[in-house]
Amino acid sequence: MKGWSAGAPAVVLLAAAPLFLAPYATTTLTRMLVFALLVASLDLLVGFAGLPSLGHAAYFGVGAYAAAWFTKNVTTTGPVPLVALAAGAVAAAATGWVAVRTHGVFFLMLTLAIGEIVAQAAETWESVTGGSNGLYGVPATRIGGAPLDVAGVYWYVLAAFLLGFVALWLVSRSPFGAALRGIRDNEPRMRALGYATRWYKYAAFVIAGGMAGMAGGLLAAQQRLVTPADLGFTTAALALLAVIIGGAGSLWGPCLGAALVIVVRDVVGPDIDGHGPLLLGLVFILVVYLLPRGAAGIRVGVRR
Amino acid sequence: MLSWLDANLVSILNGVAIGFLLFILAIGLSLIFGMMDVLNLAHGALFLLGAYLAWAIAGGDPSWGGFLLAIAVAALVGLASGGVLAVAVEPLRRRGHLDQALLTLGVALVAAELLALLFGRDVRGIDPPPGLDRGVVVLGDQYPVYRLALIGVGLVLAVVAHLVVERTTVGSLIRATVADRDMVSAIGVAQHRVRFAVLGLGSLMAAVAGVLGGPIYGARPGLDATVLILALVVVVIGGLGSVRGALVAALLIGQIESLGRAVLADAASFILFGALAIVLILWPQGLFARQGAR
Amino acid sequence: MTPALACHAVTRTFGALRAVDAVDLAVRPGARHALIGPNGAGKTTLFRLITGLLRVSDGQVELGGRDITRLSEVRRARLGIGQTLQHASLFGSMTAAENVALAVRRQGTVSPVPRRERATWARVDELLALVGLADRGGAAAARLSHGERKQLEVALALACRPSVLLMDEPAAGMSTAERARLVDLMRGLPESVTVLFVEHDLDLVFDLATGVTVLSLGRVLLTGTPDQVRASTEVREAYLGAARDEPLWR
Repeated sequence: MKGWSAGAPAVVLLAAAPLFLAPYATTTLTRMLVFALLVASLDLLVGFAGLPSLGHAAYFGVGAYAAAWFTKNVTTTGPVPLVALAAGAVAAAATGWVAVRTHGVFFLMLTLAIGEIVAQAAETWESVTGGSNGLYGVPATRIGGAPLDVAGVYWYVLAAFLLGFVALWLVSRSPFGAALRGIRDNEPRMRALGYATRWYKYAAFVIAGGMAGMAGGLLAAQQRLVTPADLGFTTAALALLAVIIGGAGSLWGPCLGAALVIVVRDVVGPDIDGHGPLLLGLVFILVVYLLPRGAAGIRVGVRR
Repeated sequence: MLSWLDANLVSILNGVAIGFLLFILAIGLSLIFGMMDVLNLAHGALFLLGAYLAWAIAGGDPSWGGFLLAIAVAALVGLASGGVLAVAVEPLRRRGHLDQALLTLGVALVAAELLALLFGRDVRGIDPPPGLDRGVVVLGDQYPVYRLALIGVGLVLAVVAHLVVERTTVGSLIRATVADRDMVSAIGVAQHRVRFAVLGLGSLMAAVAGVLGGPIYGARPGLDATVLILALVVVVIGGLGSVRGALVAALLIGQIESLGRAVLADAASFILFGALAIVLILWPQGLFARQGAR
Repeated sequence: MTPALACHAVTRTFGALRAVDAVDLAVRPGARHALIGPNGAGKTTLFRLITGLLRVSDGQVELGGRDITRLSEVRRARLGIGQTLQHASLFGSMTAAENVALAVRRQGTVSPVPRRERATWARVDELLALVGLADRGGAAAARLSHGERKQLEVALALACRPSVLLMDEPAAGMSTAERARLVDLMRGLPESVTVLFVEHDLDLVFDLATGVTVLSLGRVLLTGTPDQVRASTEVREAYLGAARDEPLWR
């Protein structure tokens, strides 16, 4: 349980951060936590189940739209991220059944297509999503009657992030998580042992979709605006990048990767005047050549 | 029924034209995918490159010379780009699918951004060559001649592609590789030359498709991603290495994109996914997959 | 007595090739039945038809009298067909113990909440000891020697408590010492497990087998006791004639 000795001080530090950070820095940190939850959920797919999804932002977006719509039309109080979680899980359940039937390049193609089609739907289904303007004017989340301020939103997001992260961590350390790693290593062998691998992959896909949806719900609470860009391919690519540079299969590594990606996007990004995709593209090319074991580089586990 | 057909004739014809364009694009993607097991995400960027070349060479002053020159230049540039891609992918051959996909994704992002830097972010319209820029009356509706010509070109290319794959030595090599990659490498075909040829040829077709699509889609940032996704869906639905499958799927997607959007604007994206899902559940290998292909 | 495993006229064609051609096979419970024949005789294909990795073109496969022809590989594994593969194929990023734990857990329903983990790991230690890897549980599977991997394969297969265990060339590529250990291991397998194995090493076959089936060009040439097979000139011609250039005794 050496995770706790590193984890506990990190949580304390994160919880205390708004007390000595400027509001702008607190907002950036909030963004990092939102993105980190998305990235951690993607790591469950990429790092544990060996399912490199190029369309994971779709479920993030579905959660974000669901939360924004719910906050605008139903209630500003209460656990809206749970609605987002359910929406993400349902979307993943509806689309994942097709995706987990495929392997290799087909899986990459299919998840990419699903992601783009969902993004397109967000653009065109104006009556619900507000089209290319997105859903704006999302009311502030209220807890105990009062709207949350910057620090309040941060703590709200932090609490949800910790819940989500611990849930993912427990899943990854459970026998179910071990089965996912078995499928990643050698799916035919798992079937020969009598594991119905497709169901395991489907379950992982739905869990990851749900967590991504919850992260989307947090995004809606933080940005109070959801646009098609939030579920576009760039978001999916950035999330995958964070998983890869953080080290797939460790959950906390990709979260650090997420923080780095957000720093580069939000702090360095404005300085290079909208040429973010150029930078992103170069980073992808470099990462692929420089990572010794490749993008899905998996450590050899010596855990028992 | 007849009145419905009458009202939607233009959409249907547009769908056929888009379908043939997608067919030309998807054949290259399918070839690279089937022969090399590489998901080439830079395929859409090559299409966009072709479109910009058409605008730069023949955009301002439409002439047959300019249009044909644009096709020739796009073919050469596409071929060269494919060669560069082949060199870039070579060191990653023993890695997973994800590595190769991420590399081509990086190339696609860089290429799209460079194109935006070179040609700006405005939508660039491209006129068809003289003689094809008119409309003709089809069953009482005005319809652009260029799109009819594109349908014709697409038909010819489909027949040629079918003959090449089914009747020639090169075609038998393609079919064998798609069916069993290991076996073909075992019988000692010079693999690296095949890979160069496949990526070169596939990229050439993407760039030429960009020129041909210019007068319909124009050239604009973001077009690369749009056509890439449609081509991917065509390959998944059509099945690997099947010319017939690619054609049928391309025409189907063309109709969803054109007629679907005209009739059910809100739902077109869902229809697209629905078609994809139904085909994959009923025919996991695609509509016309070759035996043994995965 | 109902055979533990039976094939009735099992046939599999690939295009024009009849890889397995009307094979009849009955393995009585507790037997150590060997399947021999030159390369290309259809041994591995027959294995795959029994495990469900491939579907039969014609014929029937029965497990303990139950028709399993239409069942998936996963269902058959759950009904009691275990296998070890020719090329030891394990879970490379995990330790030997974690490999076995995956197989042990499959016995119950795999829940997302850790339950009965103590019992699982106790059983893992038991199995590792049984196959002679008691002190290697913490080693990464990818770092085990070839022989050790094969031993681990057996532990994985036994963890599923199979009624029938299929072993594809268990001794292939083994050193003399490793091979000796394997023979001990196979001798020590519980009576309740029926074993069907493919093996090129005829010394090992005649050493261990209670029954032998000879396949040639997809057909059964002969089924009998090891002595009957050894004495058959027909087998000697077909088998040795076709395989003279092959290293039969590795």
